[in-house]
Formats: sequence, C-alpha cells, structure tokens
Amino acid sequence: MAKPGAQIGFLAWLRLRVLPVFTIVALLFAVWYAAAVPMNAAWAQDKAKRAGVTLSTTNLIADTWSQDKPKLPAPHQVAAEIWKTTVEKKITSKRSLIYHSWITMSATLLGFGLGTVLGILLAIGIVYNRVMDMSVMPWVIASQTIPILAIAPMIIVVLNAIGISGLLPKAMISMYLSFFPVVVGMVKGLRSPDAMMLDQMRTWHASGQQMFWKLRLPASMPYLFTSLKVAMAASLVGAIVGELPTGAVAGLGARLLAGSYYGQTIQIWSALIMAAVLAALLVMIIGTVQQIVLRRMGMLR
Amino acid sequence: MTSAVISATDLDLTFHTNDGPVHALKGVNLDIEPGDFVSFIGPSGCGKTTFLRVMADLEQPTGGQITVNGMTPEAARMARAYGYVFQAAGLYPWRTIARNISLPLEIMGYSKAEQDARVARVLSLVELDGFARKFPWQLSGGMQQRASIARALAFDADILLMDEPFGALDEIVRDHLNAQLLQLWAQTGKTIAFVTHSIPEAVFLSTKIVVMSPRPGRITDVIENPLPRDRTLDVRETPEFLEIAQRVRAGLRAGHQDG
Repeated sequence: MAKPGAQIGFLAWLRLRVLPVFTIVALLFAVWYAAAVPMNAAWAQDKAKRAGVTLSTTNLIADTWSQDKPKLPAPHQVAAEIWKTTVEKKITSKRSLIYHSWITMSATLLGFGLGTVLGILLAIGIVYNRVMDMSVMPWVIASQTIPILAIAPMIIVVLNAIGISGLLPKAMISMYLSFFPVVVGMVKGLRSPDAMMLDQMRTWHASGQQMFWKLRLPASMPYLFTSLKVAMAASLVGAIVGELPTGAVAGLGARLLAGSYYGQTIQIWSALIMAAVLAALLVMIIGTVQQIVLRRMGMLR
Repeated sequence: MTSAVISATDLDLTFHTNDGPVHALKGVNLDIEPGDFVSFIGPSGCGKTTFLRVMADLEQPTGGQITVNGMTPEAARMARAYGYVFQAAGLYPWRTIARNISLPLEIMGYSKAEQDARVARVLSLVELDGFARKFPWQLSGGMQQRASIARALAFDADILLMDEPFGALDEIVRDHLNAQLLQLWAQTGKTIAFVTHSIPEAVFLSTKIVVMSPRPGRITDVIENPLPRDRTLDVRETPEFLEIAQRVRAGLRAGHQDG
C-alpha cells in the first residue's frame, strides 16, 4: 500500500518531482524569449528606421519583448495580460478571461457528459449486438475523419435554423469529438473479461444483466477513465471550435477569433494559455476521481 | 436409472476446425458414483478438460448421452448442481476475498445474512479466516486458489468439478493443498471430478483414476484405488501407492503407443 508521496522526504520530493518540471519550464521560457527576438526584430527595426535612430542590441531586444502587437509576445507580456483580464477584471465583465473560460467550460462539460453517455451506450450496443458490432464501428471511425472545422459551422447553422442556439450547439460539437475515445475504450473494457471468467459466470447460471453489472462493467473501469481523459481534452477543443462560427460572441474561441481579427497576439496567446490551463485542470479532476474510484475498488496497489 | 451422479454413455465430441475435424472425445463411457473422488489423467489433447466441460455444460457433445444428477448437463447447470474450479483462480480484482466468495451467492439470490454466514464457513474450511477483507493481489497464488475453491463450496452443490486447479503452483504448496483437499472432501462428502496431469496427485487424491489418451480422446483405463480414504502424504512412500502409480504410468504409455 505504498503512497509514493508519503514515503520520500521533502528534499527528495523537491529533487525528484519539482526539479525536473521546473527545469523543463525554465527551458521552454528560455526558448520562448529567444524566439521572440528574431520574430519581432523586423518590426522593431522598421520603427527605428522611421524614427531615424539606430538600435543597440540591448535596445533591440528590449523592444522585441515589449511591443503592442508582436508576432510572438514574450511570456511576461502574456502573463501580464492574463493577470489584467482575470484578477483585475470583475468576473461578470465581458473582458474577463474567467468569464470567457466559464462559457467555454460549460459547453465542454455538457458536451463531455453527452459524449460519455453516447459513447458508453454505443459500446454496450457493439458488445452485445452482433449487427451493431459489424456495422457501427466503421461509422464511428468515419465520423472522426471529417475535419471538425468543416462540420462545426453546419451543426451551428442547422441547429440555429430549428431554434437551438447558445450552449447546446457548442456542446453537440464537443460531444461529436468526445464520444469517440469513450466508445473505443469501453468496447475494449467491456470485452476485457476473458473466456474463463465468462464461463465461470455461466457455471453459476448468471443472467445477462448480472454478467454486465457484476463483471463487464467493473472490469471496464480502468479503460473508461483512460478514455475520459482523452475525451475531456477533445471536448474542450470541440467547444473552442464551436465558438468560432458563432460570430465571436463569448468564450475562449471567441477571444481567439477576436484577437486574430484585430492582430491582438497577446490576447490570442493569453486565451491559448487559459485553454491549456483549463484542459489541464479538467483532466486532473478526472485523474483524481480515477484514483479515488479505483482505490476504493481495490484496483490500485 | 443408475445411482451414478455423472453417467456418460458413448459420448462423442468433435470440434470442426479449419484443419478438419478434431475428435476431442470418442466413445467415452463412465459412471461416477456419489462420494467418489475421480481423477482424469492423460497427456494434453486427450480430452480430459473437454470431458469436464461437457459435464459442466460448457461444451456440447456431438453424440452419446450424459447425465449429471440424473439430468442433462444444462438442467444441472441451471439447478446449480456443481461448483467448478478453473485452472486459474479467476478472482475479481475489484472484490475482496469475502466479496469474491459471496459473488455466486449474490447471483443465486441468497440473503445478505446467509451470504455472510456461508462466506465465514467456507473461509474457515479452506483455512483463510482473517483474509476476508484482503484483495486478491494481497494473497499468494496458493491462497488465491484456495479462495477459489471456497467460492465453489459456498453454495450447496454436491458435485465439485476441478480443472487442474493446482497446475500452476509449486510442489510444496501443491502437496499442502492436496492434503487439505482430501480433508475437505471427507468433511463435505462431495463428489469430485478432478483433472490433472500429475500421476502422484491423481493416485494420492482419488478413489478412481481415469486414464485417457489423445487422438481421438478416449478412456484407456479406469483404475480403482484401493488405498484407504483417509490418507496422509506419507502414503506416497508405500508399495501400494507406487504400484498404482506404476499402473497409471503404464496406461499412459500404452495410450501413447497406439495413439
């Protein structure tokens, strides 16, 4: 019953867990800062030429890290923008990144929920029904080969035409992306009990329902959680893509689109970082639930 | 009608594979009397496991007759007339030992109190008291197999079908479990059909040893074991034991030659 965190001391924890992460982050920042210089140098030179001055290297670098609309904003610019639009803005404000994150997250979660339910139902159908087994999977795979960017506007337009707008159309796109990993994972999970375990159930004259609830479903849990993590990330992508064709009203997708209309690269990057943080948080929540459930089931050692 | 618990007459089972038909069982005749401990021994492919699976209604014979408790195997399975112990323990990793043992009881609709009482009883029968709340991975292989035997004993089946239950265990654990199984058999009075490929195991455990040979799978010899029913592991050093073992070995060799 080893808990990895509990046994190692604080210093070891620092060395084994924190230091590697910190090193990678520091490296990324270094690359990012370094890349910002050549990316933004041309604009800095242009400005200097028009003003009739020549830039020293130090000034050039300082300028590339502090432009209003840089090709590649420096990390501290993005950090400042995120700070300004989260901490310093009221949550209800249309300029608050928290507000936009919430819009995107609600569509993500609804789509994720719908996708999970649809995925599990399809998987049960595939495992229990021979006709579905032979026919559904090719369609499921085909559905994922269609570029979501092409199909998203059509879903929005069609649903709008029948009077459905707002959260649901975006959630539908999220569902479209997130049911797939759940189907694949659950089919594998529900089929994971081997022939011997199924025979054993037969010797007890178990009913089909008992076989499902007592054997197949519990056996599929580890597969389900792995799929749910992928589904959650896919669902977030779906919600963001779904926000693009709605005319950039609200949500992280809208911030991305508005940013690109007006060349607000810092805004784009802060929305991107926010989306990444949101995805990480949501996946972490699933990971935590997974730990709790599997530990209670005795499936974690 | 005979008094036999399991009675097979001219039993055939042919599997149709891509390489042509495989005669897993051909013309098998056997009666197992109540309270018998019958071992099936033979090289792999001789149909011993298939025969056991036919008794359990996990395979369908293609010819001949078989009755279990006077019924068809299917009726016997539905009446939960037998407990089946597989080669692997097959415990559910997400259930504790107690909950694994109560699984067939849950399926059969026993009350919670009855389940608890029976679990406690069979756990002490296989000497696993105190392990009720452990998960399978916390037990050794031998203990897991004991738990799986306890599970097969938990409901009131008077037949126990065992398919090489100790095949994957080491010699010392195996000896111990064999002795324990004999005690269990004495205490419960069940009829046991036991598949093995170990001659000493077959001779030590059984009242009747069925020697089988492959291609086609058939019975070549049925040896009544004259050893007394209450035996200890020391019996394996006696001349009688060695004599029966010798006869089993000769039967196996003969089956190989004309096979």
